[in-house]
Amino acid sequence: MTKNDPLSPVRLTLGPVLFNWRPEKLRDFYFRMADESDVDSVCVGEVVCSKRTPFFAPFVPEVVERLQAAGKEVVLSSLALIMSEREAVQARELTQLDGVLVEANDVSVASMMAGRPFVAGPLLNIYNEGTLAYLRDLGAVRACLPAELPGPVMGTLAQTGGIEIEAQCFGRLPLAISARCYHARSRNLAKDGCQYVCAEDPDGMDVDTLDDEAFLAVNGTQTMSYHYLDLLAELAALRGLGINRFRLWPHNVDMVAVAGLYRAVADGLIDSGDAAIRLSELCPKAEFANGYFHGREGHAAIEAEL
Amino acid sequence: MIRPELICPAGTPAALKSAVDAGADCVYVGFRDETNARNFPGLNFSRKELEDGIAYAHARGAKVLVAINTFPRAGHPGLWQGAVDDSARLGADAVILADIGLIDYAARTHPDLRLHLSVQAAASNPQAIGFYAERFGVKRVVLPRVLTVPEIAAINQAVAPVETEVFVFGGLCVMAEGRCALSSYATGQSPNMNGVCSPASHVRYVESGKGITSQLAGFTINQFGLNEPAGYPTLCKGRFNANGKTSYLFEEPTSLNTLAMLPDLIKAGVAAFKIEGRQRGRAYVAAVVQAFRQGVDAVMAGQPLPDINLDSITEGGRQTTGAYEKAWR
Repeated sequence: MTKNDPLSPVRLTLGPVLFNWRPEKLRDFYFRMADESDVDSVCVGEVVCSKRTPFFAPFVPEVVERLQAAGKEVVLSSLALIMSEREAVQARELTQLDGVLVEANDVSVASMMAGRPFVAGPLLNIYNEGTLAYLRDLGAVRACLPAELPGPVMGTLAQTGGIEIEAQCFGRLPLAISARCYHARSRNLAKDGCQYVCAEDPDGMDVDTLDDEAFLAVNGTQTMSYHYLDLLAELAALRGLGINRFRLWPHNVDMVAVAGLYRAVADGLIDSGDAAIRLSELCPKAEFANGYFHGREGHAAIEAEL
Repeated sequence: MIRPELICPAGTPAALKSAVDAGADCVYVGFRDETNARNFPGLNFSRKELEDGIAYAHARGAKVLVAINTFPRAGHPGLWQGAVDDSARLGADAVILADIGLIDYAARTHPDLRLHLSVQAAASNPQAIGFYAERFGVKRVVLPRVLTVPEIAAINQAVAPVETEVFVFGGLCVMAEGRCALSSYATGQSPNMNGVCSPASHVRYVESGKGITSQLAGFTINQFGLNEPAGYPTLCKGRFNANGKTSYLFEEPTSLNTLAMLPDLIKAGVAAFKIEGRQRGRAYVAAVVQAFRQGVDAVMAGQPLPDINLDSITEGGRQTTGAYEKAWR
């Protein structure tokens, strides 16, 4: 039985927190996920902006220890866009730690991991079996696929890739990364003097069209979907495609409960329709979408076929 | 000082001739399908047109580069691999690739074919560039438009003899290229998967008594007064509401123009200057190529830069030096 066999056990990954939460809040969040959540793997690390990294760095050892003591696999996620020497040094330090898996979100990090096991992160461009095979041969043991891939493409990769495939299943989707900080720009600030205004929006800053239609969200240099991805109704289809590992992006909601819902639906303990209602209650401000899975525009909400 | 090559766009055989005649060192083109990032109706080259274009360019001392810079669809690598095979067979001087799997195929199948890394691969640091150079023999990397001139100079120091190429004029991605799915989020079609961004098929201009609203897949991207020209609704160049105010949150409708920075970019050790715009007409191509030809030649001859006004062919009449200056961030 391989990891992409529909009969394999379901695994849940808590993705890295993409937002700029206060370090103590972030530490307590991870402590609670360690103590109470039903997730198998937890990603830790700053993905979006290297200016944020120093604040949480002192807390990382105790967070990793607590998670590992609770039996969680710890994955350290790299920055997505590495431009300066300082950022390259940060990445290299990450790849030199023992006892944790590294998630490469930039090709440079995958390159540094060559010959050792690593996770190919969702911000690498893995669109086809050729690239997946190359990264597998480089050392990738798991790949979390890009947001815009349709379900059948994910299935093709799961069936031909020879490594475990992870699908993004919950939360605002990371859609773009830039050198420019739009959070700072929204306050007429430059990135260098940003005053860390991104910390004011723990789930990202809503971006509406001129007729006040909800559209996107900004998280510092990252642009995200306004809608929260929700694939509760597609979990069975994902398992049918041979994908058994599901990524939940952390939000400023009860993530222990969110993870519990995904586990219960994946295990067939509750109906996905009932779970969707419960998820809406847990995320009262969120609108949900699943268009990418169905080969449509990402913001679309497609009714599950009965 | 390296004398940088001038890399010019051609969406049609006519534009290729215009670019070569205007002084392009290289022309870059794509096949008429989803294998390249300007997969627009009425654009690009058949195999025969490429063959003829290469003959025209080579007879005049210019090179032809073929962009195959979208990401192959899983289960269907043949279209992309065929584009690489045909480029090699027809004598292209290099192919410009973005996908790791396709680069691996090209390196194994055509060891003599010169490989350039597309901007769509967004290799933004020496380690990433080294990955492509050491593993696949990539000779030149087109840098993403996220770097400052000092950062570009540092990269050149670190990666030589691998060459770098930078954009000097034209449309401006504000996101790291190849790492943006905003277009597919709104329309279902993206640069990486379909070779299009904010595609015309999804654009509507809606008139009302107050003016014109430009929409992309039903989302309002901008509004214009009755006497204002309505710009194209490129998603990241629109006006949005955020933090209680309306603004061009990502970027104004503007064009990159680095003519005045050419001495700095040459000093930074850049090997090639790229002009964006395979979707543009012959007149645009000829005007921009002539301006930058004069600019590069002047700098290399130690003469002052020519004062050439390109306002009439910039988007919204606005120009920026983009990420090359740190304040842009």
